Amino acid sequence: MKPRRRSSDDRGVGNVNAPLRKAGVVMMVLFGLLFANLNYVQVVKADDYRTDEEHNRVRVQQEEYERQRGEIIVDGQAVAQSVATKDTLKFLRKYPFSATYAHVVGYRPVNLAATDIERLENEFLSGTSDSFAADRLLEMFTGKESPGGSVVLSVRKQVQEAAYKALLNNDTSSKTGAVVAIDPATGAILAMVSTPSFDPNPLVSHDFDKAEAAFNKLDKDPAKPLLNRAVSETFPPGSTFKVLVAAGALQNGASLDTVLTGGTSYTAPDTTTPIRNSPGVGCPTEITLLNALRVSCNTAFARYGVEQLGADKLKQTAQAFGFETAPLFDRDPDNIMRVTESHTGAIESPGGGVDRPALAQSCIGQREVRMTPLQGAMVAAAVANNGVQMRPYLIDTLQGSDLSPVVRAEQKVLRQPVSAQVAAQLREMMNSVVNNGTGTNAQIDGVEVGGKTGTAQNGDAPDHGWFIGYARKNGQPVVAVAVLLQNAGSGGSGEATQIGGQVMKAAIAAGKIK
Amino acid sequence: MTAPAVAAPAPHPAVAGAGRRPRTRRGAELALLIFAMLVVLLYSGAVETGLLEQVTPDFWVPVAALFLIFFAVHFAIRFLAPYADPVLLPTVALINGLGVAFLRRLDLGAAAPEQRADLTVLTGMAIRQIQWTAVAAFGAVLLLLIIRDHRSLSKYAYTLGLVGIVLVMIPALLPAQYSVVNGAKLWILVGGFSIQPGEFAKLALLSFFAYYLVRKREVLSLASKRILGVDFPRGRDLGPVLLVWLLSLMVLVFERDLGTSLMYFGMFVVTLYIATERSSWLIIGLLLFFGGAFLAWSLGETMGGPLTSFTERVDVWLDPFADADGSGYQLVQSLLGLGTGGLFGAGPGNGLPYLEPLHRYVVPEVHNDFVFAGMGEEIGLFGLTALLVAYLLIIQRGLRTAVTVRDSFGKLLAGGLAFTLGLQVFVIIGGVSGLIPLTGQTTPFLSAGGSSLMANWLLLALLLRISDAARRPASLGQVGGTIAPPPTKLHEAPTEVVR
Repeated sequence: MKPRRRSSDDRGVGNVNAPLRKAGVVMMVLFGLLFANLNYVQVVKADDYRTDEEHNRVRVQQEEYERQRGEIIVDGQAVAQSVATKDTLKFLRKYPFSATYAHVVGYRPVNLAATDIERLENEFLSGTSDSFAADRLLEMFTGKESPGGSVVLSVRKQVQEAAYKALLNNDTSSKTGAVVAIDPATGAILAMVSTPSFDPNPLVSHDFDKAEAAFNKLDKDPAKPLLNRAVSETFPPGSTFKVLVAAGALQNGASLDTVLTGGTSYTAPDTTTPIRNSPGVGCPTEITLLNALRVSCNTAFARYGVEQLGADKLKQTAQAFGFETAPLFDRDPDNIMRVTESHTGAIESPGGGVDRPALAQSCIGQREVRMTPLQGAMVAAAVANNGVQMRPYLIDTLQGSDLSPVVRAEQKVLRQPVSAQVAAQLREMMNSVVNNGTGTNAQIDGVEVGGKTGTAQNGDAPDHGWFIGYARKNGQPVVAVAVLLQNAGSGGSGEATQIGGQVMKAAIAAGKIK
Repeated sequence: MTAPAVAAPAPHPAVAGAGRRPRTRRGAELALLIFAMLVVLLYSGAVETGLLEQVTPDFWVPVAALFLIFFAVHFAIRFLAPYADPVLLPTVALINGLGVAFLRRLDLGAAAPEQRADLTVLTGMAIRQIQWTAVAAFGAVLLLLIIRDHRSLSKYAYTLGLVGIVLVMIPALLPAQYSVVNGAKLWILVGGFSIQPGEFAKLALLSFFAYYLVRKREVLSLASKRILGVDFPRGRDLGPVLLVWLLSLMVLVFERDLGTSLMYFGMFVVTLYIATERSSWLIIGLLLFFGGAFLAWSLGETMGGPLTSFTERVDVWLDPFADADGSGYQLVQSLLGLGTGGLFGAGPGNGLPYLEPLHRYVVPEVHNDFVFAGMGEEIGLFGLTALLVAYLLIIQRGLRTAVTVRDSFGKLLAGGLAFTLGLQVFVIIGGVSGLIPLTGQTTPFLSAGGSSLMANWLLLALLLRISDAARRPASLGQVGGTIAPPPTKLHEAPTEVVR
């Protein structure tokens, strides 16, 4: 673009052309800078920006919605699936069973954060994980987009539905509660329910405003339906904690026939407030360990804890069963499922020594003792499984888009809190609870069922009703369960026990996963 | 002003090889125009394919309407400015057409998916932009008709200067409710209409600058000191540049817009430099500008007040992701859109400037300040580079016109216009791509909006007028030969200097 010089012009004009050309050069430089910067933004940083899920969620998701997201499957049926739409986002996530699996499956909204399995296995479901590299390569030739992988859950349809229905229809005033059912031999979670639950479908609406409104409504609901009470929340375990005290006692040299001092009340040293038994509990002054658990004698366990066992051994036993450590699910090291740990509390007086009134109350599952329903089920499972506690898992299999299994659950021993012998003794005690103690509501014909009921005081609010227990068939553990009816009041533990029986019955009927 | 003019008649110096009638190149202009419209047509089709997975039977209607408008301009040029540069109009038509097609794409994207295919071409931002294009093109033709010789503008230089300053000041003096859009006090908002007077002020001020600097350039190019090989002007000659600097700073403070401020000041400094060929003016200008900007930034940081929005924009520029959902949202989404587009882009219609379920634009102002980012997501680095080249073509054609035209006023005016256009493109594109702090400038010919379109088409008309004069063989007179040579030759001759 070299301009012709005009010679005949006056000198002044000739002077102007040089800076004009320089201005042209300056323009070239400025545009060069624009070009260089665009290269930086669109080439160098392109991948960072394209995959920046925090800020670029809308576009990341847009791309994600180009491909059909995989299913989440329970017993061969999809509990989460993506159906084609005519929308900008080509697939809509649907949860056919609505609230039943909400706290297991979670949800994958367009504009909100995903939760639970939908989040945990997001890469696999959306088909972006490394295991799909070959599929993507193939697609480049065929041009056909294959769907993402499917997640097969360990949860059993019958068990989950029985648990959810039983909690919804419980005959106490409790509207909030939780059930966890585990296969004690493998750690497979067979049911995980928390009520009130919620319908995840509105949250994944492609209408962002509706989705956000639905979320805000759930989030502000005082009943906290988004909270997974089965794993994320701790409660005073009440008398179910006596199983741990009994385990401590057995390891401390006691036997089933060891005679404890019971009676109608026990006042720990350093306090004047007596511990009494629940109304209707007949606890003689001299009572064996087995009977003390069978009738749920507060005074005997509180006195034994203070006078014989001590705070350290109590805490050790609880920790051996998994207290103070969050029982993370398999494949979830980052705790996407938001599992929380159970606690015994310090049981220390301000001076540093053992706080004996606190110890007495801790032995009956009060004071600072807090337990998740999951932890309760894992205690029962360890007892049922000869003292061996398995790591819990929710994901049975990850299937590629051609349904071939890519990953199977790794069954892993988490810890062995008690020996097989002590476990057998504990079972004898817990069986007696169901056979002719406080837990008769959980009986199942022809099946060995053991358990422990609990009624946990909870400040001035109505008591929580608890049941933890297990069922065994042919000498093999089939299912362990924990049921919580929050603020159920009187009759809560009886109803919890009844629900526990139903859930275990459903688990036996469902049989092992093939 | 009283310096006696040296009469230097020779209004039409002989050109070497006179007698061979130079071609007007109007045919080339038409061919290029048709080619440009074909590109726009192709882009419109691609947009519909991307969004609707089909091409509706009437997708060509907006393009045809645009073609009619541009053809009318071309036709007028044949009579009004037959020797005008043949590349200017087609290039502008290309950018303007792509802008309309992108607005149509936004209209389609904002409609519910099931209604998209039935969305008539006579709705939304696209048709408004076409209407504005018609008005702007008409304005351009009118300007060509009225101003037969660009030198006649210099007669009204002081009037234009005054008009320019008034236009700049109106928004600053108006109450906020009639003048503030997105924090920038640059508008006149009356009864649903929004006018950005600053867009027109640029043209008026530039005409004044060109006139004034032609007259004063000998004085202003006087050197007093030589520092590091650069001649610096005399202290007493700093007056005008300081005045414009203050004016620019006032724009920054009272209208809260760095871009506009930078435009006015840059415009003046560059014309000053072109007039005097003293790079010291550039250095002084840059120092003044950055000094002023830094002062404004630090004052805004410490004191707040009217400068906070400027400070905030600088902070966003320094780290857009620091407040990605708040003040940095626009820039972050712009960058993410550009980045997602990558080398080749998502394809026309396949980007995400607007998400229907969200009921809002992912990139706010994507039809306006961020139109470049919105298009960048879809046409990628390759497309944007082509777009940049198109702008560069207009600018370089303008500068070439300045080099070729014979009179100093025309040189300064054409050079200033071309450079101003380039500066504006740099400021807004640099802003949306994070190169410089973001400012509220429109993207010439591309953004939705009447003021910007009008002003830039007038700018184009001026360039066409000057290029006509520049390329016109000396043996031919004025257009139609009816208009007498300008009454005064004052500006054609160097002003004598009283030392």
